Amino acid sequence: MDRREFALTVISPAAFTAVLFLLWELVCKVFAVPLTILPAPSDVFAALWQYRAPIVDNAWVTLWTTVAGFLIATVFGLALGIAIGWHRAIYAGIYPVLVGFNSIPKVAVVPVLILWFGIGEVPAVLTAFLISFFPIAVNVATGLATTEPELEDVLRALGASKLDIMKKVGIPRSLPYFFGSLKVAITLAFVGAVVSETVGANKGLGKLMLDAQASFQVPIVFAGLLVLAVLGILLYAATAIIETRFTGWAFRGGANR
Amino acid sequence: MAVGSTALSALVKLDRVSMAYGRGATAVRAIEEVSLEIAHGEFIAVVGPSGCGKSSLMKLISGLHPPLAGALTVEGRPVRGPVKSVGMAFQNSNLLPWRSALDNVLLPLEIVRPYRDEFRSNRKQYAQKAEELLGSVGLAGFAKKFPWELSGGMQQRASICRALIHEPEILMLDEPFGALDAFTREELWCTLRDLQAARKVTVMLVTHDLREAVFLADTVYVMSNRPGRIVKRCAVDIARPRDLDVTYTQPFQDIVHELRALIGGRH
Repeated sequence: MDRREFALTVISPAAFTAVLFLLWELVCKVFAVPLTILPAPSDVFAALWQYRAPIVDNAWVTLWTTVAGFLIATVFGLALGIAIGWHRAIYAGIYPVLVGFNSIPKVAVVPVLILWFGIGEVPAVLTAFLISFFPIAVNVATGLATTEPELEDVLRALGASKLDIMKKVGIPRSLPYFFGSLKVAITLAFVGAVVSETVGANKGLGKLMLDAQASFQVPIVFAGLLVLAVLGILLYAATAIIETRFTGWAFRGGANR
Repeated sequence: MAVGSTALSALVKLDRVSMAYGRGATAVRAIEEVSLEIAHGEFIAVVGPSGCGKSSLMKLISGLHPPLAGALTVEGRPVRGPVKSVGMAFQNSNLLPWRSALDNVLLPLEIVRPYRDEFRSNRKQYAQKAEELLGSVGLAGFAKKFPWELSGGMQQRASICRALIHEPEILMLDEPFGALDAFTREELWCTLRDLQAARKVTVMLVTHDLREAVFLADTVYVMSNRPGRIVKRCAVDIARPRDLDVTYTQPFQDIVHELRALIGGRH
């Protein structure tokens, strides 16, 4: 990393974040905003430090339920995407059902999941899964469906089966779509897990914030939000790194070498 | 591959073949009663106005699309599905961006029998063969490069190598040089000319560049507007090996003019 790039990728976001916090602090102090409405960053960080043990404990639960749901969504979404992209009849049959299912707000599904699996981590994992498999499936199917017909002709003329074409062209070709969708999916999975914890759970950041809010401990609520944001960035960055590692060829002149 | 005595035997035979896309009343006729023969080792070019069914003719002969009527045989056998002894290249090089030039050229060997069954054990040998082929079109030293690191002309050369690696009987080229600049195009004409001379492969070139057709082909077929019929078969009796200079001679120009008049359109 040369200096210019370092300034661009490290210093500039750090500076921007610092300025944002400073402005926030300033607004709270100048207008004397009550702690119960909007705590200043200094209060939030103080709460973060003071309650670090329960926060880490609950954040860990949110993190693993998110990742578990996301992993299930990855496997299922990939398989479903390949199935949809395989044949037009499957596409025509499944797609409307899928869109319908995706339109249901997942918040509405959580009570059903709790009914089935009880209060605990299972509904959170399942909500994370249900909310995040859709973009993966759709992206993989799109990648497969947009294979150049001429290239397919070249391979078919060689006697390639549908499976050959999928293995040699379709699936590698849809990988950038797949990895691209992981970035969207991981954020959605995170939202799903937290939403589920907010509706009904005995652990997790969502539950922690719900309890803090009920007892007017607003700095803890904001501390929870802050942790959520940081975790979200970390998860997104992790999938972005995986993406560039596996599909460097799609980013011309890529960072892959 | 046929040389000398068998050079006149027909490899591909079309007898009043018609072809249509779609079925029933909405079917679009692409080709109408086309009869032609391609001999072993012959280089034919098909020219005509755009949308005249030139590419359809290619799909037909390679077995990717069934004929509606008429008889179509390759090596004396009726065509009923993809003909494996065909290599194809198009205007777009269609190289796979995640594979190096070498791995792109090797792709057919991973698919065509009997090569695919021995691909793993013979990989080294195949790779060497592919490198030699790349070298013969002026791409020595570019085997490890990825498609985006190659110029348009180089990509097209690699694409032609991919079409030839499994030693097909027929090389089918659909406007392979259409997207290249004039100088690169002429360079590639010479590459193709030399490749064909060296390997004696049968070539079917679809193009709307008449100079290209006359320079490269033994026989040029002119097709009419859709539905495509063959309106003229023109043997190019210019001695081989042909040099690029030949394109500026009178006999060459005369043939091009004659073909141009047949294609029509506004001037």
